[in-house]
Amino acid sequence: MTAGLTLSDVHLRRGGKPIVSGAGLTAPAGKVTGLVGPNGAGKSTLIGGIVGLERLEAGAVSFEGSDLAALGRRERARVCAYVEQSASTEERLSVRDVVALGRIPHGSLWTAGAEPDDNAVVGAALERVGMSAFAARAFNTLSGGEQQRVHIARALAQQPRLLVLDEPTSHLDIRAQLQVLALLAEEASAGGTVLLALHDLNLALRFCDWLVVMHEGQVAAEGLPAEVLTEGLLARVYGVMARLVPGPDGPIIAYQGIA
Amino acid sequence: MAASGLTPPPNLPARRLTRSLNVTAFLALWLLLIASATIAVTFGPADITPTEVWATILHHLGLVPESPVSRLRDAIVWDLRLPRVFAAMGVGAALALAGAVMQALTRNPLADPYLLGLSSGAAFGAVTLVVLGFALLVPVGAFFGSLVALALALLIAHLLGGATPVRAILAGISISALASAMTSFIIFWSATGDSYREILSWLMGSLSGSSWLDAGLVGLALLICAPVMLASARGLDAFAFGEKSAASLGVDVSRLRWVLLSASALLTGVMVAIGGAIGFVGLVVPHAVRLAVGSRHGRLLPLSMLAGAIFMLWADTIARTLFDPRELPVGIVTALVGAPAFLLILMRFRKVT
Repeated sequence: MTAGLTLSDVHLRRGGKPIVSGAGLTAPAGKVTGLVGPNGAGKSTLIGGIVGLERLEAGAVSFEGSDLAALGRRERARVCAYVEQSASTEERLSVRDVVALGRIPHGSLWTAGAEPDDNAVVGAALERVGMSAFAARAFNTLSGGEQQRVHIARALAQQPRLLVLDEPTSHLDIRAQLQVLALLAEEASAGGTVLLALHDLNLALRFCDWLVVMHEGQVAAEGLPAEVLTEGLLARVYGVMARLVPGPDGPIIAYQGIA
Repeated sequence: MAASGLTPPPNLPARRLTRSLNVTAFLALWLLLIASATIAVTFGPADITPTEVWATILHHLGLVPESPVSRLRDAIVWDLRLPRVFAAMGVGAALALAGAVMQALTRNPLADPYLLGLSSGAAFGAVTLVVLGFALLVPVGAFFGSLVALALALLIAHLLGGATPVRAILAGISISALASAMTSFIIFWSATGDSYREILSWLMGSLSGSSWLDAGLVGLALLICAPVMLASARGLDAFAFGEKSAASLGVDVSRLRWVLLSASALLTGVMVAIGGAIGFVGLVVPHAVRLAVGSRHGRLLPLSMLAGAIFMLWADTIARTLFDPRELPVGIVTALVGAPAFLLILMRFRKVT
């Protein structure tokens, strides 16, 4: 297992308050790594630190052996793409326009036109997420799940080797969630490193190859999902009583109440 | 994960088609602008013909040694009408450009060039000078008034914890209200007949009496600010989904914001100084263009400039000639046309969101 992304002793502050203190984790290359934890555990802030939205107070973020935090903005945007929980716009943009935003780090910021190969990359990214037929549609008219797939296509158009997503499935219906997770699995199996924050622990159990649990700004556990998500951890980190019961493809968490 | 093994997407021709449509729209607007300017100069007393307009222009450019146009008619075209036509086109282009940029930067469809208190600050500066008896220095007062208002708005936003768009807008609203109240107070307390009319006309916006100096200042401001703004079209595109998304695309969000905000403010400050606070152009024109060609700023910004220039040129021509010999403040015309247009746009937005 090769380490794609490695964080060690990362500290982050927001508004003067320490949010992440001493987090360390690895997200293996070619795998989908899940980042779970209760609200306020520091997942979003940590993700912000990885993709360069938040400044590191201390610690190191390295990707494929090089210091991610030391890269320039545009250089980093060519290595690492970021997808938000739900990003909307009032602008009148077609699906193709939105995906073309992913080419910004590759072109000159000071020119309006598209590079010759941009169209091909954008078309391929749309193809990958199964949204080619929607290329000319207005982004605002799509469903939440379709919009999220377009955002992922935009991220793919950046041609990144690291894909970081902050709760990309949280407001989607279950079919759309599974579609997004299947897409991410595909990207990982193509050799990319995928790190996503998510809330649904059963989905994490079933679809993540590697799991990191955050609690109060620190990493509480890290490992194979089925080994990490124990009844004891659920009680300690989430404060819930749950039983792990055997399902058709491995264990399923059955929640019983508040601990 | 790099997208390798690419096959050309099937809809490339459509793309080329839109590009050539864009070029066509661009050229069509340029032709419309030139034709409009020529016709606008002929409007008004003295029955100037388009041929005389061009003969005069070519003569003054030194391309035709002998002008067939009489001295008086030459002066009407060259000294009275052309500077005003150029000033109107420049002001319209500048306000539409600044409006489009402000709307993108703040992600607020209601943003206009005066959003951060610029017009109220300018009005306060101008009115103060009129009342103190320095009517000739009104442009200077307006310019510095607008810059002081902007600086205050940004300072307050900064003191509130960082100049984010929302904070800047809220601070701008409070500065705006304060400056308006002080302006009203000064007018109420000390303005008399003549200065009152002068102030009112300025507050409503007017290009009456524009000289080549005015037109030149407008042109100079455009020459300095517009290239910077047009060149950051791609950066503005990145703002479509907010600043986090822009930052993750490698855009230096705070630097781009400051550069564009300064350029817009400088441009607007000069326009306010020359023409007063002409409303609705900077708000409505970018929306209209956006509805026609979409939100990609590479198209939106230059087309907004052209459309703004044409709109303003005709608004000013109407203001100048409709009740000839009396002139309307051009702000009345832009608002009379702009307000209903804006309502239509709001209804359109309601459907989308």
